[in-house]
Amino acid sequence: MSRFPRYYSPLQKLGSVSLSVSAYVVLAFLMLPILVIIPLSFNAEPFFTFTEGMLALEPEAYSLEWYQQIFSDDQWVLAIQNSFIIGICATAIATVLGTLAAIGMSNSDMPFQRAIMAMLLSPMIVPLIITAAGMFFFYTQLNLAGSYLGVIIAHAALGTPFVIITVNAALAGFDYSLVNASLGMGAKPTYTFFKIIMPLIRPGVISGALFAFVTSFDEVIVVLFLAGPEQRTIPRQMFSGLREEISPTILAVATLLVVVSMLLLLTLEYLRSRSERIRMGEL
Amino acid sequence: MISKKSLALLLAGALSTSVAAEQFTAVSFGGSYGETQQKYMLDPYMEKTGNEILFENYSGGVAELKAQVESGNVLWDVIDMEVIDLERACSEGLLEPFPMDTLPAGDDGTPAAEDFAGDALANECGVGNIVWTVLFAYNNDTIKGGKPMTVKDLFDTKKFPGKRALRKRPQVNMEWALIADGVPKAEVYEMLETEEGQQRALNKLATIKDDIVWFDSWSQAPQLLNDGGAVMVQAANGRIFNAIKAEDKPFEMVWDGHLYDLDVWAVVKGTKHKEVAQDFIRFATGSKPLSGMPDIAYGPTRESAYAYVDKSVIPMLPSSHLDEGLKASSVFWADYGESLGEKFNEWLLK
Amino acid sequence: MSAHLSIEEIAQSQKQLRRKKVRLLAFTLPLLCFVTLAFLAPIATMLYRSVYHPTVSQLIPQTLTEMQQWDASANSLPPAPVLETFSVELRTLAKQRDSGKLAEELNRAVPGSSSLIKSSARKLKRLEEEALLTGGGQQLLDMHKKWHNPYLWTSMKKLGNVWTERYYLTALDLERNQKGAIEARDTQIYLKLYWRSLRIALTITLLTALLAFPLSYYLANTSSKKANTLMVFVLLPFWTSLLVRTTSWIALLQTNGVVNSTLQSIGIIDQPLEMLYTEFATIIAMTHILLPFMVLPLYSVMKNIDPSYFRAALSLGSKPMPAFFKIYFPMTLPGLSAGALLVFIISIGYYITPALVGGTDGQMISNIIAFHMQSSNNWELAAALGSLLLILIVLLYWIYDRLVGVNNIKLG
Repeated sequence: MSRFPRYYSPLQKLGSVSLSVSAYVVLAFLMLPILVIIPLSFNAEPFFTFTEGMLALEPEAYSLEWYQQIFSDDQWVLAIQNSFIIGICATAIATVLGTLAAIGMSNSDMPFQRAIMAMLLSPMIVPLIITAAGMFFFYTQLNLAGSYLGVIIAHAALGTPFVIITVNAALAGFDYSLVNASLGMGAKPTYTFFKIIMPLIRPGVISGALFAFVTSFDEVIVVLFLAGPEQRTIPRQMFSGLREEISPTILAVATLLVVVSMLLLLTLEYLRSRSERIRMGEL
Repeated sequence: MISKKSLALLLAGALSTSVAAEQFTAVSFGGSYGETQQKYMLDPYMEKTGNEILFENYSGGVAELKAQVESGNVLWDVIDMEVIDLERACSEGLLEPFPMDTLPAGDDGTPAAEDFAGDALANECGVGNIVWTVLFAYNNDTIKGGKPMTVKDLFDTKKFPGKRALRKRPQVNMEWALIADGVPKAEVYEMLETEEGQQRALNKLATIKDDIVWFDSWSQAPQLLNDGGAVMVQAANGRIFNAIKAEDKPFEMVWDGHLYDLDVWAVVKGTKHKEVAQDFIRFATGSKPLSGMPDIAYGPTRESAYAYVDKSVIPMLPSSHLDEGLKASSVFWADYGESLGEKFNEWLLK
Repeated sequence: MSAHLSIEEIAQSQKQLRRKKVRLLAFTLPLLCFVTLAFLAPIATMLYRSVYHPTVSQLIPQTLTEMQQWDASANSLPPAPVLETFSVELRTLAKQRDSGKLAEELNRAVPGSSSLIKSSARKLKRLEEEALLTGGGQQLLDMHKKWHNPYLWTSMKKLGNVWTERYYLTALDLERNQKGAIEARDTQIYLKLYWRSLRIALTITLLTALLAFPLSYYLANTSSKKANTLMVFVLLPFWTSLLVRTTSWIALLQTNGVVNSTLQSIGIIDQPLEMLYTEFATIIAMTHILLPFMVLPLYSVMKNIDPSYFRAALSLGSKPMPAFFKIYFPMTLPGLSAGALLVFIISIGYYITPALVGGTDGQMISNIIAFHMQSSNNWELAAALGSLLLILIVLLYWIYDRLVGVNNIKLG
């Protein structure tokens, strides 16, 4: 066992091995459930279990019919459209407002900083069920229930804390003397903002936007209370499906969502390595 | 000489037929029931009139309806409801009264008032479309100890071991508990109004509590019966019938003590499509569309519909087994639904 | 130049600071307004709805005014004027088809009164208003013996209160008895649910901590390249939709699901285990879903722990175990507590997973809030339950802030 330092006693070696083993066990625990549904989504039978045919790897036991179902079923198509429309609009609002706020908040001269920060981060802390119930009561009075605008506003409010956190983190190492230098040299504030501040915090802004998008894309409870039949989103459809229909189309949708998550992850990793390189001064 | 009134009517008639296609939302329970309604009621209507119908699912209850009507933002136009919800919704002003005299006669000429079964038009807000029932079913492959025949057998875990699946609410469970405990059907609701009666029902349920699997929606029942989650399940008869006929599952229905009820079509108060909603209901509760309901073992509410029904299916309909069952009392559940619901929740938590 | 600033210079810099503060506020203001309207106002509305209950007072205003002179604690029927006014108002409600609303409200306080109100309303519709105003309430009393119950009338009077603490009492399984004192209710549900939610949240927090610790340690102490690769397997579940993860647990834990089939084929068990729709399912599924929330903060803290401390302790003669607990473990606390706070607060208010896999035993407080919102229509009770939950969370958060401080939350 050349991996161990020579001074390790047998007990320590055992400890080290069991540590690695437990780490891998936990990783397996994290990954297996997600991987399991992928083959299940190709099940030819309308149930959530592996049939014998599938285990024997017979081709007839597998089918793409659930994937076809997604795109031929009007409700799913509508749900997919809605998820993207609502997600993108909510993300846009959250990113703009959140970035601006984070820029204001990051400066220590900001008045009432702690109180305002608590207020702005509160959507992240309050349990969604409470938020959803409250939004239902309030938005109904404003006639926003059952409309796209209502859901978009709700999701935007839920997404802003993430943008604030990531942009705040990106601004942590930000050198304000750059801003002062730019302003001092006569540049207009907007120019300074877009040419000096934005490029340096862009990875933070984008990762915040991604968090906000995923929050909206994956959100169920607020949609459950606020959305009308025309604003059904993918998670809403999956939720009814799991409660009322239990059709394997959900597994197909789930698999597609896993693929989407993988893409998101890759994007985020790319951004993170970029921001690290920026900080290292390589970019 | 054409009177001004008939001229106005003629014009209105001419205008209405040339009006552009309307889109409205219909809401029902989904599953095979929803599909059958789509096939026999919605699709033919859409074809006939050119209107578009957005078909939504829900799992019952008046909460969503109430929210929409009270906020003034009515998105649902036509809704399929269980009678117990109908009772409540109508008396709270959530539905439009339906002009019963505009219902067409049956295809055999019988006037609507006589063609419809007794209770179908009892409430002014809804027109009955099916008679359905809650019964229990077992899987021939998994049942041990013989074949269950009565509600008492459902509560007999010694003779018929295994899990029972029941819907997680007091309705039906309380009635069955009393029936299994020996209370004659006619006295069940009277007894349930009393403290002792309620406690007796809960005690009887407690005798099998460890063997109960609770589910939330009707679609879970056949799933459980199929994958071995339970050997006997409480179910809406249509879902079991569908599993037997369409999916060839080895299930058997037990009619003893079944609790039957009606579903109705109703128009939501404040809908922007009142005329077309009522028009749709008139069509959907006609003899031909109703005759499609036996496809999933739901009894049509019109006598004239039976002419179109496949004779072999009639024995599978609740309407052929009314004596073995009990009519669910919407008045009782309107009164005690909430308080019994709380008691039941508390009992579940123990 | 003097070492001190002159008065003009001080004033000048103060002015500049003020301008800067205004500018900073201007950046934050749009979001602040948005959050206030889109989020804080709804929460306030919910708190408002938990105590404000005008329904009955809007339905039978005149009856309630008449009732003010009546001493409800005397355990007798209200006087004739009250009965007459009520008969007339109920008749009006019947004509407007609103009697069901009153029925539902009264039924909550006195089960069984729903059908009473509705049937009496129907009968009253057929009578003349004149006759009711002079009848001394006799027509109503003759309709059903339940009208002779004083408790019915006292409840009606109590329901007329616009501001009420009734829903909070119910949420705590309490009620006011006939004499007005607070006592425990017949049915005890909510406190049990709160307690169960706390218990489940605590279990999940402990489980995630136990599982995350070795993993984060391993990731923090292995080569950067390996850590980044393995991290993908933590981040992918993190980014995967929560419904997808719950779905996969349904598929795994079903009676004929993957876990049972595997265990049966290996021969460990004969009969399938009943795992789905239990508290166990809720706990294990939520542990899986929330595990990344524990791994990430723990990892980021552990990465910055200098291993030389631990090695120093060992070289000074300490045995590994005590050194671990005295030196290493305390240094991980910021990450551990951040993760624990996050996981605990998220779990306690969770709705989706318990709703889908919890069955009856695995239901949490959020599920019953949703039940009252969607099925039983008791919005006021839902609001009261929600407000209590919110207060609980704010309390926990405040405790954490005092102990650790919240500005250290990083998202990895």
